[in-house]
Amino acid sequence: MDRYTGPTEDLKARILALVQPDRMHRDLYISEEIFRLEQEHFFANTWNYVGHGSQIPKPGDYLTVEIAGRPLIVVRQPDGGVKVLMNRCAHKGSRLVSQACGNTGKFFRCPYHAWTFRTDGSLLNTPVKEGYDGTAMRECESGKGLVVLPHVREYRGFLFAKINDVGPGFEEYFGESLSSIDNMADRSPEGELEIAGGCLRYLHNCNWKMFVENLNDTMHPMVAHESSAGTAVKMWMDKPKDAPKPMAIEQFAPFMSDYQFFDDMGVRVFDNGHSFSGAKFSIHSKYSGVPAYEAAMVAAYGEQRAHDILGLTRHNTVYFPNLTIKGAIQAIRVVKPLAVDKTLIESWTFRLKGAPPELLRRTAMYTRLINSPFSVVGHDDLHAYRGIQEGLRASGNDWVSLHRDFDPAEVGQKDLTVKGLSEISMRNQYRAWARYMTLDM
Amino acid sequence: MLTAHDVTADALVKLVLHEARLLDARDLEAWNRLYTDDAYYWIPLEHDQPDGIDHTSHMYEDKLLRDLRIERLKSPRAFSQQPPSRCHHLLQTPIVETMDAAANHFVTRTEFHYSEARGDEMLMLVGTAFHHFRVEAGALRFTLKRVNLLNCDAALPSIQLFI
Repeated sequence: MDRYTGPTEDLKARILALVQPDRMHRDLYISEEIFRLEQEHFFANTWNYVGHGSQIPKPGDYLTVEIAGRPLIVVRQPDGGVKVLMNRCAHKGSRLVSQACGNTGKFFRCPYHAWTFRTDGSLLNTPVKEGYDGTAMRECESGKGLVVLPHVREYRGFLFAKINDVGPGFEEYFGESLSSIDNMADRSPEGELEIAGGCLRYLHNCNWKMFVENLNDTMHPMVAHESSAGTAVKMWMDKPKDAPKPMAIEQFAPFMSDYQFFDDMGVRVFDNGHSFSGAKFSIHSKYSGVPAYEAAMVAAYGEQRAHDILGLTRHNTVYFPNLTIKGAIQAIRVVKPLAVDKTLIESWTFRLKGAPPELLRRTAMYTRLINSPFSVVGHDDLHAYRGIQEGLRASGNDWVSLHRDFDPAEVGQKDLTVKGLSEISMRNQYRAWARYMTLDM
Repeated sequence: MLTAHDVTADALVKLVLHEARLLDARDLEAWNRLYTDDAYYWIPLEHDQPDGIDHTSHMYEDKLLRDLRIERLKSPRAFSQQPPSRCHHLLQTPIVETMDAAANHFVTRTEFHYSEARGDEMLMLVGTAFHHFRVEAGALRFTLKRVNLLNCDAALPSIQLFI
């Protein structure tokens, strides 16, 4: 099983060979070695979402997160900025904080030997410090304090970080795909989002890629969700056309839209693996209006601009690799790879500042129906992902087919909109995967 | 005809035990009939969560959503039920928390161990269930079941049946 060890040049060639223009090698999903290499290289070379600014509003507020297998602290600074630090004491390596979030005050204090660090990571003090006089401690890494990530960016509240120096800066990495974050924030009459409503944490016994691929896989909803969304449609079938639809029916039913609908929706892909489906409209387009909200939007932005913001109802936008968002419903899903066949999906929701409470209620209901570990939609999705995890152990065909609507001319394009049923979003993800996996090799 | 003034602690306890038996037997239509048409079945996402409307829950199901879940389980295309799940409730004797005949409002508290098995896998959950009852059309019915999981904020796998 040592297929991915050996001299670097060899390794690089072997990894690049896993990604063909129109199909992917099964090792992407099932090889433990590839998973280990992803943690070491791919996730450290890419920009990853680490949290939302509204979770840490005050100086000293922090949250903890793991990117590329490395424990991190995201902490608000006295000047309002945000720093991302390795959650590892400069002394013997103990985690400094062990909670998901909290406030550390003016400094971090290690629970083991009471070394203290300012929130910018610099070493503040050590007990009985004369013990280090004449030693090399102050000149080595330990004397400098905590390891600080050099690449951090807060974009309209969304916090991203990159561990390694290689690769493009934030703007170049995400490019025009940031318009989906803009649209979600613009949906607030005050232009600001706030995390609210709790976090659903759904453990998936599959590789992280099955989940990320599925977000813009438009060929699956009418098949995988027939038992849930299809049943919802059937239950409502005999109701009169003008009967007011319960919100649950309004949210479930569009999953049963036909192939033509999803094809017409369109999909747009960007350089570096990002994409969204619903370039023209989506399964979120036909939700009932909330008059008080629309009035607040018109008051804030004017008729035309409010109409433009609310008219943009993209489906899922994938910020490759670890964030997927639904602007029209103010919900995000964060992908946390734990092992080759284990991934935690965290679903968070937002309050649109200045909007009436109905908006968060709609969001909370949507995420409960779709993203909960108890979700009848989620059950069938995960069953399919797990099916791939098991099925790919078969021999005789090492390749996952992503040929649908493949056009050789798409390779190398940085911004492309094509028909919605195309598997281009997945091909585009793996081209980026191969690039960032090997960027520091 | 049963009225709120006839309700005994014993009747409340028996209904909770009967509910668990129906769930374990997977007689879900009979189970759903124990609930009033305006009842909710609720599994909060956080400890001490005040409501299921302004905050996300694991489940917050009115009659429509309960009906949908039960209908889905009958579908040959409920793929996640191949093989099907089975469940088992181990209950401590319910304790009556509220006995208010005048308001036609009764509440019990029940500690439980819940197991759900599917194929070779089994998960266990522990918690406290609160049943709210009223007498309606001469029978005791649930108006709310609130299931407080000990680890409601943990990362959880698929849980496919009613706790």
